Formats: sequence, C-alpha cells, structure tokens
Amino acid sequence: MHPLNRKLARDLVHLKGQVLAIALVMASGVAVLVMALTSVEALTETGIAYYERYRFAHVFAQVKRAPLHLEQRIKRISGVQTVEMRIVKPAILDIAGFDEPVVGQLVSIPEHREANLNRLAMRSGRRPSPAEPDEAVVSGPFAEAHGLDIGDSLRAVINGHWRELEIVGTALSPEYVYALGPGALMPDDKRFGIVWLGRDALAAAFDLDGAFNDVSLSVLRGTDTERVIDRLDALLDRYGGIGAYDRADQLSNWFLQNEIAQLRTMATILPTIFLAVAAFLTNMVLARLIAVERAEIGLLKAFGYSDVDVGWHYVKLALGIGVLGVVLGWFVGFWLGRFNTQQYAALFQFPFLLFEPSPKPFLMAGFVSLAAALAGTLSAVRRAMRLPPAESMRPPAPPLFSRTALARLRAAEFLDQPTRIVLRQIGRWPLRSFLTSAGIGMSVAVLVTALHWLDAIDHMVDVYFKQAQRLDVSVGLAETRSSVVLREFEQLPGVMSSEPMRVVAVRLRSRLREHRGSLQGVPAHQRLHLVYDAHGQQLDLPPEGLVLSTMLADVLGVGRGDEVEVAVLEGRRPVFSVAVADTFETYIGTPAYIDIRALNRLMRERPAASTVHLRVDASQQNALFRALKEIPQVASVSVKQAAIDTFYDTMAETLLIFISFFAAFACVLAFGVTYNSARISLSERGRELATLRVLGFTRTEISYILLGEIALLTVVALPLGCAIGFGLATLVTEQFTTELYRVPLVIKPSTFGWAVVVGLIASAASAILVRRRLDRLDLIAVLKTRE
Amino acid sequence: MSDPAPDDAADRSATLRTKDLTKVYHTGEVDVHALRGVDLAFYPAELVVLLGPSGSGKSTLLNILGGLDTATSGHVWFRGEELTGRDDTALTRYRRSHVGFVFQFYNLIPSLTAAENVALVTEISARPMAPAEALALVGLENRVHHFPAQLSGGEQQRVAIARAIAKRPDILLCDEPTGALDSKTGVLVLEAIETIHAELGTTTALITHNVVIADIADRVLMFGDGRVVETRRNARKVRSRDLSW
Repeated sequence: MHPLNRKLARDLVHLKGQVLAIALVMASGVAVLVMALTSVEALTETGIAYYERYRFAHVFAQVKRAPLHLEQRIKRISGVQTVEMRIVKPAILDIAGFDEPVVGQLVSIPEHREANLNRLAMRSGRRPSPAEPDEAVVSGPFAEAHGLDIGDSLRAVINGHWRELEIVGTALSPEYVYALGPGALMPDDKRFGIVWLGRDALAAAFDLDGAFNDVSLSVLRGTDTERVIDRLDALLDRYGGIGAYDRADQLSNWFLQNEIAQLRTMATILPTIFLAVAAFLTNMVLARLIAVERAEIGLLKAFGYSDVDVGWHYVKLALGIGVLGVVLGWFVGFWLGRFNTQQYAALFQFPFLLFEPSPKPFLMAGFVSLAAALAGTLSAVRRAMRLPPAESMRPPAPPLFSRTALARLRAAEFLDQPTRIVLRQIGRWPLRSFLTSAGIGMSVAVLVTALHWLDAIDHMVDVYFKQAQRLDVSVGLAETRSSVVLREFEQLPGVMSSEPMRVVAVRLRSRLREHRGSLQGVPAHQRLHLVYDAHGQQLDLPPEGLVLSTMLADVLGVGRGDEVEVAVLEGRRPVFSVAVADTFETYIGTPAYIDIRALNRLMRERPAASTVHLRVDASQQNALFRALKEIPQVASVSVKQAAIDTFYDTMAETLLIFISFFAAFACVLAFGVTYNSARISLSERGRELATLRVLGFTRTEISYILLGEIALLTVVALPLGCAIGFGLATLVTEQFTTELYRVPLVIKPSTFGWAVVVGLIASAASAILVRRRLDRLDLIAVLKTRE
Repeated sequence: MSDPAPDDAADRSATLRTKDLTKVYHTGEVDVHALRGVDLAFYPAELVVLLGPSGSGKSTLLNILGGLDTATSGHVWFRGEELTGRDDTALTRYRRSHVGFVFQFYNLIPSLTAAENVALVTEISARPMAPAEALALVGLENRVHHFPAQLSGGEQQRVAIARAIAKRPDILLCDEPTGALDSKTGVLVLEAIETIHAELGTTTALITHNVVIADIADRVLMFGDGRVVETRRNARKVRSRDLSW
C-alpha cells in the first residue's frame, strides 16, 4: 500500500468519532432518499403491474340506466379498445356481531366469462356460479376485518329487500386499491366492503335486465382520453350519465398517485437538508485536518508531490467519509424502503408487492451524496493545494482578533475573560459559527416539520369533524326523498334532531374552467352539518347564490359576484346560472353549498333530501343501528366517531412511524453537528485550554469555554431552528396541497417545545462526550510543542 | 514503608523541598527513567537555574514542582506541606494560588489582548496586582490593548511573564523562556524575570540550555541522567543586561 494511502486509512481511524458523526448525518440523507425512491419505485411498479395484469380501465362513467346494446356504439368511439358494462349499486350490509350498518358496494361480474376490464384478483375460493344468484365474492380486507370465511353468510339490503348472500370467494380489485367508502376520508375495512355478484343476479335485483349503470373502457396506446370522454359523455347523456372521467381521476388511483407524488416531495426536501449539513461538516473537519497537517503538506510538496497529489489525498479522505455514509445509508434506506412499502401494502390493497429495487435509487443517492461530500471539500482542499511548501513548514501566524463593536460596549467591561474568549471565537469565525447554529437549527427544523403533522391533523379533525359537524350519524338515501322523510327519521330510537341535505351531481362551469363535483343543498342556518370556515366561523347561506370553498373558487377562477353555470347531471338535468355569494376556507374537499330551498326550486322538485344528518343519544345508538338496517331506502350510514377513529388509526400506522424516524434522524443531525463543532474547537484550542489548566483553571472552568461556545450557538440555533421549521412546514404543506386536502399550517407551542428539547438533549449528549475528552487533556505535551 | 517525612520536612524556610523524587514514563514497551532520586530545596527569593542536556530530567522536575505532573515515588513539600499524592483538584488549587509558569512557547490566548491575558489570571487570584501594573513590570505599558498577533515574539513572552506573576505567585517556574528568542530579545525577557524576582522576592526556577544564562542565578543545578550531578553557587551574580550570546 502506498504510504499516503496508509496515512489516509490511519487518519480515518484517528478521526473515527467525527467521521462516524458525519457519515451518520450523510447516511440519514441517503436513507431518506433511498427509502423514498425505492418506495416510489415499488409502488409505481406494483401499480403498473397490477393494473396491467388485471386490466384496470382507462376511462370510467356512471349512468342511471342505459341499454346494453350501447356497447357497439361505445366500441366505435375512435381509440376505444375494450368495453365492460356493469351494474354498480350501494347496499347496506349486516354482519353478525357488528352493530353498525356496514356500507357495501355491489359490483356485477360476468357469469359466463372473465371480465374484460377491472378483473378480480382472487385471494381465495371461487367466483359465483351462474346458477346461484346468492353467491358472492367479497373484498379480502373486508372479509379479514370481520373474520368472514368462505361458506359464511352475509345479509344485504339489495334494492330494499333483505338477501342472504353466501361468500364463495375473496378477492382484490385494481379499482379498490384504496378502498374509500362514500364520504369517507380514510379506508375503513370494517365499515366499507365490496361485494361482487353475478351480473344476472344484480340485474334481476335492480330491475336492470338488458341494461347497465356503469361502464369502463380501455383505450389504445396513444389515444387522447379527453376526446374519448367527450364522445362517451355525448352518448351517455340521455341515459343519465353524470360525466365520464379518466383513470387519473378515479378515486383509488388518485390516492395512490398522490401518495407517490408526496413520496417524491419527501425525496427532495429532507435529503437536501441532511446532505447540505454533511457537506458543511466535511468541510469543517477537512479544513481543520489540513490546518493541523500544514507541516506535513509542506514536507510532501518539498519531496516532490504535486499540488494535485496533495489535493487528491484529502479528496480521498472526504470520499472515504462519503462512501461510509452512503453504504450505511443504503442499508438503512433499503430496510426503511421495504418497511415503508409493507406499510403501504397494508393501506393500499395490492394482491402482490414488487419490492425489487433497481440499482437506480441507490446509484442516485450515492452520486448525490458523494457530490455533496466533494462540494464540502472544495475550499479546504484548494487551500491545501495552494500552500507554498516553504510557508507551510512554518507554523501558521496566530489568528488575528480585533476588538469588535461588542468590546466597545459599556456592558462588555463586565464580562470575564473566559466569556470574552467564547464571544471573540464566535466573532472571529462568524460564518462557521452561523453554519454550526444553522446545522443544529436544521435538526430542530426537521423535528418541527415532522411533529407539525400531528398538530395539523389534530386541527383538521377538530375543525372538520368536531366544529363543523354537530351530527353523530349521516344516512345516505338510495333515492332522493321528500323532506317528509325527516319526520320518519326523527321517530327512530335515540334521534334527538335531524337535518336534511340534498346532494346533486353537477358540472360547474366558469368562463374558462370546468369542475365535476356535487352541489350540496343545506338549510340557510344549519344546526348539524355546518358550512364552516376553517378560521372558525359558521356561515349562514343567502337565499340565492352559491357559497364555494376557496379551493373550488380557485379551480374555477371565480370570486364573489361572478356567475357560475351549473349543469345538473341527474333528474331533469337542468342547467342554470348562479352567482357566487361567498367563499370559505376548508381543509378537505372542494364543497359547493347552496340553500336547500333554492336548490329544490332550481331542480323543480318538492322539498327533497338525499342525505339525512342525525344527532343521536349515544346510549341508544345500537337500537338506532338496528332500526336503520331495517329501512330499505337507506343506502349508507356513516358514524362520525368511527370516522374520527379510523382517521387517527390510519395516521398512527403511517404518519407516527415516520415521525419517529425523523425524530431519530433529527437527533443524528443535532448530535453530528455539535459533536463535530466541539471536537474541532477542542482540536483548535486544546493548547489554550491546557494553558488555562496550567494557570490554575479547573476542568469545569475550561469546559465553560469550550462548551459555552457550543451552548451559545445552540441557544441561537433553537429559535433559528423553530423559524426554519416554520418555513419548512409552510413549504411542505404547500407541496402537499391537493384538491382533496389542504394541510393546515398549525404548529402548537408544545411542538416547538418538543423540538427544542430533543435538539438540546442531542447537543448535550455530544457535549458530554467531548467533555470527557477534556479530562484527558495532556497539559505537558500540549505546552511543550509548538503548534 | 519508612516514614515518608524526613526530619526537616517541616522546615518551612524552604519554599519547595523534594526527597528521593523519581519519575518513570511508560512509553510503549520501554520505561524511561526521567528522574532517579532527586533531593532538593528551593528557598524564598532564590533564583535557581537548571542546566543540562535534553532528557536529563529538568522539565520533569519543574512539572512536578508546579503540580502539572505527579512523581512515581518520593516526596515534594511546599512550605512544609506534602504535595505528593494530592488529587487533580488539589493540584489545580495549588497552581492557581502559588505557581506561575512561563514556557518556551508563549501560549497566550490569541483571542484576548495583552491586558486580558493577564486579567485571565488576576480574575481567579486572591491578591493580584492590576494587569496594567504587571505589564508595566515587564516594560509593556504601551502594548496593553494589543492582541498576541500584533506583538513580537519577545513581547508575547513578556506578556506570558506578566501573566505568570500578576497573581504574586510564591514560585515562578520558567521552562526555556528564551529558547525561541534571539539574544537581544532574550535579554529583555530575562530582565523582566530579574525585575520581578527582585521586586516580589519570588522563588524562581529557570531551565535553560544556555550556559551563559546560568550567571544570573544565585545557584546553578547541573542535571544529567535524571539526577543533580553538580550544584554551584555563583559568587557574583551577573545582571541580565550584561549578558550576550
């Protein structure tokens, strides 16, 4: 081995504490990057493979009722490859031993052939046989949640009649990777299940012989789906079509793609922070090493080594640290990626999971990290290369300090000398001091950003579920019913009050833009389901005009006073123009509200409701559930408390785990920065500290000088970190804003508090490690040698 | 073990006294015997020069006397009180109250001015002189607010001396104080030490390689192989300003 390489290896061993601290910071960045990229890859690949193998459709549409012979005309739309026509209907399911009514989605499957599109991935059992109309396949996670097995039976209200279904198989479907029930925010396998029945059986039950109410298409590669959608809409319009949509807007797929997009965001923001800090630390350590090895550098050059040889030697040192960090990060990242993908597998229902990371994420993470490490070496290495040999063999001139503005202050006169040493040291290298503070601050910032999610979610739940919803149970009706129905519901056990809501599928159009969604008619002054501004204010609806969520107003590009064209996609399909009366802030969805009486009038119908909100006496809830199961027109029941619980459970399974990872990474960051800063200070000032010991200063007194500097920089770092954390949280919440969710920027004081405490503990831990080195300071050796 | 205190241990007339002092360094596989039984006494207001080749044990003795290092065996008394076996805290207190050090390399704190370097010591002493006064004693009254980087080598060493004596120590220990300086500057530094010795009556021990400097001492100790091989008393002390080398 070349002696220089041997020196390199020994330097790395000698600097092991610092090398490890930097490598850990770098590894954190690499790990997050590898985790995010491998998860993105796994989710994308799994999604693509699943969609292809089980023929997930490209375009979807629902109609009220259309004849099957429409198939030929649909097939003739240019670009359409395959068509599958189905019957999809909601149903209430009754599971033995589970009080709440479960919402079911009944989906037809062809009896005599394999479906053309959206095929089932059978998990167990078989498909229903054509001769047995009561045989059903249920979604796997739903069966699991209720402990249902093949041969078990299930009661369902199908078109107002109780039917006893026999489970003959369990399956997954590419349509329900993220299985959201109506109005739900999170998948809840206990309260929402998909039930596949033979087509003939469903057609008979819903009086849809020779007809369908749901169609999916696949298109040829390179086809413009927008054009297909337009043609399809034109065909389905007269059959009560409510507007076809692309795969990108299919609910389950939207959530999957959104998750992938969020992972990509994570892959950019967090690793950047860690790698930038690692670059700074590498620079700091290398600069110090080069200062210490000044004479050796001169000697090497005197022996005839070129500037490039010397520079390369130190670059290799940085690369050594980098390689260690990258390899560590690869392992942790691989493990995290697999863990993460498994978490997703629990949330997203895939029949198989492809976690076979390609070399790409690893190479990319390695490349980015080594580039960061190299960037960190540049200035230090350049200094080593530029040292003229003769000069470098002389000791460096003592650093020049000067009396700063601080020293001229009256107050400065009262400072003792050790404090002056601390302050002047910081003042002498302001950039380095600032970067050290910023590095420690970054750890606080990462924590604030991670912990902020908990606050945001608490706040969202508080506003969305608790402040805005005074109801306990919402009942969706299969068909729109006269408001008289309210009186019937008020008679049910435990119901204390009720409120109607009329929801219609609409296409909203402004001058330029269009949005497909629903219009919700609620009473002018709501008592149960409030039109609630996120800033904490209930809105009374004006007798005329729309009240839009700001997100929807943005999507449509309209404001107060602007006209919006409303094309209703059901009933008589009226089209009318309404002015925007007001806008309000929401965190979830893009709701549009109107006074229910105005909506009924515009729909040219008697006072009618499609959903009924109920306030319920908790002690009689189960009696109410039993009663609801017996009412034929009930299509769905959602219980607010269950929704809140599911929300938190899902968050606990996903977010909390991440937050703990990031807390660990943040600790590594704080530790890495403080440990390196303190070690470098110790190396630079060992002589000073030894002198002070000789002069009669105690260990505690000299610790004050060394650790006082770190403490002061930490004190500056904490508020700085909180401020950066606030900024990062803002950035992240903006990145995560979608039409479905706006993450509120809410950070509780306790979150800042926790972040600060963790940052302090990590800094204190590294300070204690360095303090122990102070005890081993060799007073004589330090003083007998020239630096 | 025999009674560690010799009869004259309580002799408080000696500032420092040693008995059978040995020091063995274990470096790797070899033992280095730096001191092989040294018996010495240093008296108030005495200026002693320690001469001898490298590795003869002078610095080791000075470090043990100053409480920077501990002996392997033997005894050290400061004003009749045993230093041997004291722990780090006690030795720190001893250095803080009674000892002033001057080294070949000045070891000033670069971030503090001359006055502040001196104040560093006066702040933790019981009856110090003012930093300005200490600096005046070494002839640096005009360099009080200069940082080390703004001072010449000789000036830095004089600041180090001022820093060592500002607390009015009982003992001043100088390890090659002129080693890094040219003759002219070295003389200035020796003059400073001489002045202080004269004005404060501090017991002073000074290590040097330079035989010429021995002429300023009351007593000269020649070291060789860890022992005092010769003791000489100068009949006539030479003033520093008359030296040259």
